[in-house]
Amino acid sequence: MPLASFILRRLLQLIPTLIFILIVVFVLVRLLPGDPTSAILGDRALDADVERINRELGLDRSLLVQFGVFVESVFTGDLGRSISLKVPVTELIAQRLPITMLLTAMAALIALVMAVPLAFWAALQRGRAADAVIRGAFQIGLSMPVFYIGLILLTVFGAKLGWFPVGGYGDGFIEHVHHLFLPALTLAFSLSAIIMRNLRSAIIGVVDAEYVQFARAKGISSRLILLRHVLRNALISTVALFGLSIGTLLGGAVITETVFAVPGAGRLMVDSIYGRDYPVVQGLTIALAVLVSVTFLLTDLFQAWLDPRVAR
Amino acid sequence: MRAVLDVRNLTTRFSTPTGALVAVNDVSFSLREREILGLVGESGSGKSVTLRSLIRLLPSIASQSGEVIWQGHDILKMSPKEVRAVRGGQISMIFQEPTTALNPVLPIGLQIDENLRAHTTLSHRERLNRARELMDLVGIPEAARRLAEYPHQFSGGMKQRAMIAIALASNPRLLLADEPTTALDVTIQDQILKLILDLRDELAMSVIFVTHDLGVVAATCDRMAVMYAGRIVETGTIADVFARPMHAYTRGLLGSVPRVGTERSPLMSIEGTPPGLSSIPRGCAFHPRCDFATNVCRVSQPVTETVEPEHDVACHNSLAVLEAGSPVQ
Ligand SMILES: Nc1ncnc2c1ncn2[C@@H]1O[C@H](COP(=O)(O)OP(=O)(O)OP(=O)(O)O)[C@@H](O)[C@H]1O
Ligand SMILES: [Mg+2]
Repeated sequence: MPLASFILRRLLQLIPTLIFILIVVFVLVRLLPGDPTSAILGDRALDADVERINRELGLDRSLLVQFGVFVESVFTGDLGRSISLKVPVTELIAQRLPITMLLTAMAALIALVMAVPLAFWAALQRGRAADAVIRGAFQIGLSMPVFYIGLILLTVFGAKLGWFPVGGYGDGFIEHVHHLFLPALTLAFSLSAIIMRNLRSAIIGVVDAEYVQFARAKGISSRLILLRHVLRNALISTVALFGLSIGTLLGGAVITETVFAVPGAGRLMVDSIYGRDYPVVQGLTIALAVLVSVTFLLTDLFQAWLDPRVAR
Repeated sequence: MRAVLDVRNLTTRFSTPTGALVAVNDVSFSLREREILGLVGESGSGKSVTLRSLIRLLPSIASQSGEVIWQGHDILKMSPKEVRAVRGGQISMIFQEPTTALNPVLPIGLQIDENLRAHTTLSHRERLNRARELMDLVGIPEAARRLAEYPHQFSGGMKQRAMIAIALASNPRLLLADEPTTALDVTIQDQILKLILDLRDELAMSVIFVTHDLGVVAATCDRMAVMYAGRIVETGTIADVFARPMHAYTRGLLGSVPRVGTERSPLMSIEGTPPGLSSIPRGCAFHPRCDFATNVCRVSQPVTETVEPEHDVACHNSLAVLEAGSPVQ
């Protein structure tokens, strides 16, 4: 099975990626302005207290030893405790990250629902009015800042029309989705513009391909031609782009969560950076990086399913 | 015998940014049941576009006129649904390039099955059996396993056979074969040709056979049509055209075939290159390359005349060409 060995290979590749992530996080956190000790004690602490805290946090030991301890604790599932909230970081992540994941997933879904049919339409109407209008509209979507789109949607559909809540997260899945709809829509705009543009040109590249002509020569329906022969081949490059955009999407989630007061991981990240809540920043970064790696893996697998030549 | 296909004044234009190009120009011919018509001509003469025009398989920049009467109905006037029933079901096409004609992301079995699903009422199991049978028919070993494989796992020759299997899936009445054997080595080429001949007999199938190989034409076809710059310049039975070519271009083509037995060099070859579609000469398009050209050839386009029974030619000086004799034999 080429596919099975492909999956195994990709899973093994995750290991060096994870080690790299740990190194980067370890170094980055130590490059942040300010240090945890003064964050705990304030700026006017006594030298003796500073020394004691440093010893408690292990900051008096060599960097290499600190890294070893760090790696060990990460692998045992211990990401430390939040300095300001006084709870284990893993608990915070378990609370907040799912919110961001739902937000991102909804944004990705909305982006696809907007982009795919319109990309098809624009490609098949290439050069005509519909094509120009669709491309123009998406160009605007691409050039507007996320927070600006967010504020407009919030004002119109949240405050004025009252269709959607203006902030928070609610209880239960249905309410979560209701609360996250506007933020997800906001987040979806630029991604859908990117996907639309890519998919449109991919479809244009495929629609006159010889194998599409040969499929037409078989006398099968236009629906099958478009979905099975055109879309599937066009999606191959778009799926790769989509996977790569997930990182950007998570970055956008930080801003969106702030605008819409969504208590997700993005908000937590911003708050923790301001509060120099070191362990939280560290833990969140690891969690987000793992999330992005797993998304890459999933898009790779999807691509391998779309295109059997990938899994060689 | 009655004609199954009657093509009248078929013209196909491509509207490009630099102007309209006429790739197929006022082409007329007919085809009988069980007949194999060889379509020959240099690269770019419009053979592939002619085949595709018959089933309206053209990009959106193309426009067509004329008539393609298939079993009494004009394909050019059919609704999209009617055309779909003809394509792949009654008229199948083998493309010139097997590497680009198969969809790279779909297993071969599915690509065969698509045709069967569209044109037969067979059950899933019956279609699977038929697909295996087709793979055997075109000589692809281990059919059951290979049906699940993708085109990139097939060699060039195997792709060619797979494409032929797809084209033959629903027992077409007419096969449009665009150089079906070029990617194959000689023994396999012979097998495929024999297969096509057998099917012609078994299914009473007619074939339009595009090839550069006049030896293949002589061995397999009943009649031949010679194309030059989008027009058919000569049609006739194989025996007539080979023995008594009446168009200078046909005579040149026959002369450029290396003769078996003697040294493998052609007797003569046609000087110059065929014109591009945007610069087709006035008068007879062949006149700049023609040894028989006279003043009239430079100004007026020759009309197609039936000079002998079943032997048509569009040449002002056909009698002079006829007198010069055939370069073969
Ligand atoms: N989509 C298209 N747009 C513009 N011109 C085209 C298009 N398709 C074919 N042509 C032109 O039509 C002419 C005839 O092409 P065609 O493929 O029928 O030649 P051919 O006789 O099959 O040649 P070969 O022996 O090389 O296969 C060529 O000049 C080609 O450039
Ligand atoms: Mg061709």
